Amino acid sequence: MPLAVELVSPERTLFSGDATIVRARTVGGGDIAFLPGHTPFVGALATWTVEFTLEGGGSEVAAIHGGFIEVSNDHVKILSDLAELASTIDIERARRAEEKARAAIQRGDDAEAEGALARATARIAAVGQLS
Amino acid sequence: MAGGQERILRRRIKSVESTKKITRAMELIAATRVVKAQERAASARPYSDEITAVIVDLIRAGAAKEHPLLRDNPEARTAAFVVITSDRGMCGGYNTNVIRAAERSIAAARAKGLDFSLIVVGKKAQKHFRFQGLAVDAAFEGMTDQPIYDNAREIAAAVRSRYETGELASVELAYTRFFSAGTQQAVVRRFLPLEVPEVDPDAGPTADLEYEPSPTGILNEILPRYLESRLFSALLDASASEHASRQRAMKAATENAEDLKTSLSRIMNRARQDAITTEIMEIVGGAEALGSSKGGKHDLLPSHLSAEHLFPDHLDRTDHSASIH
Repeated sequence: MPLAVELVSPERTLFSGDATIVRARTVGGGDIAFLPGHTPFVGALATWTVEFTLEGGGSEVAAIHGGFIEVSNDHVKILSDLAELASTIDIERARRAEEKARAAIQRGDDAEAEGALARATARIAAVGQLS
Repeated sequence: MAGGQERILRRRIKSVESTKKITRAMELIAATRVVKAQERAASARPYSDEITAVIVDLIRAGAAKEHPLLRDNPEARTAAFVVITSDRGMCGGYNTNVIRAAERSIAAARAKGLDFSLIVVGKKAQKHFRFQGLAVDAAFEGMTDQPIYDNAREIAAAVRSRYETGELASVELAYTRFFSAGTQQAVVRRFLPLEVPEVDPDAGPTADLEYEPSPTGILNEILPRYLESRLFSALLDASASEHASRQRAMKAATENAEDLKTSLSRIMNRARQDAITTEIMEIVGGAEALGSSKGGKHDLLPSHLSAEHLFPDHLDRTDHSASIH
């Protein structure tokens, strides 16, 4: 039995479907993958990607800018107030944002620029073009 | 003069007609906006339901309820009010109702000896409170028409830090709840301290839940999101209510314009009739006066006079057939 996955942002449901594997990264920094039959789990997600390996082959990747994951009874629910599916990410824009953030960090603007860099990196990683 | 009155009425009817076109258009626009706003509210529901469910799970797992957003601030002497109104008018009693509800709660807070602080969303509330000479601590505009999540985040940020530092005793949220296209209600709801869903303590932790990080850690992360999500759904409700109120107000305005047009046309037709009657009377009166001065007692002008009588020379010169006989 596959996992019923829902990726929900405050404004709408971004993705809803069946997957065989769900991979995410929790705040602690560790990647975690869920297979059907996983123990109930609640976790806070880091700014990174989540990947759903779809039942019929192929996969769906999304960039998550912080959020939560709840797994119970083969239902996976991911809540994120900022989430983007890879197909909707503008890679050029993400690269520009990354450069800008790196430059800002070198100038010493830390907290905000770090956040911007993390978001840009997550976007690039979601598209699968992380160098 | 009668003709002048008719012209004035005609102009008024024209202006009522063009007003009616505008109100009709606004009604139709508002109607589509209501549907859209309802859809947005519906698509926002999974997130807020889910976030509530996660919080229930966390509390059941024994997460400590010690987050600053959950505790009371007994020292604080200020109650904050977030008032959500629209930017534009033309929506009947929508804004007045919310403002009045908010003012009642403000008065209640004052009676308890509390200070108050205003955070207003929408130009209408801002104008109203500024006009009353009350200090507005934060004002947001341009977001109630079609609120996005970032708007909720902005407002939440304005409130949250002040609550967390212990400055505010409570935060109340005044907005209009949307029940259906026909029913909306201005309400004032407790916003902070957050009320987390009550969980039966006997139920104990659900078996085998894994947490990363700890339940308390996740709860502390999730509560600010919960705050934003509640604010977001209030904004969406308010927006749907605003459009529904506007639709209703504009429908009434269109109907009134129609009624006004009918009654004005009636007055105008009567005025025109009067003018025609007066004109006929004047002609008849003039003819009679002319007739009696020529000597005839009862006859009217045409039967009494003929062309030959009036212009004998003229006829002789031009029309020869007349002279042959």
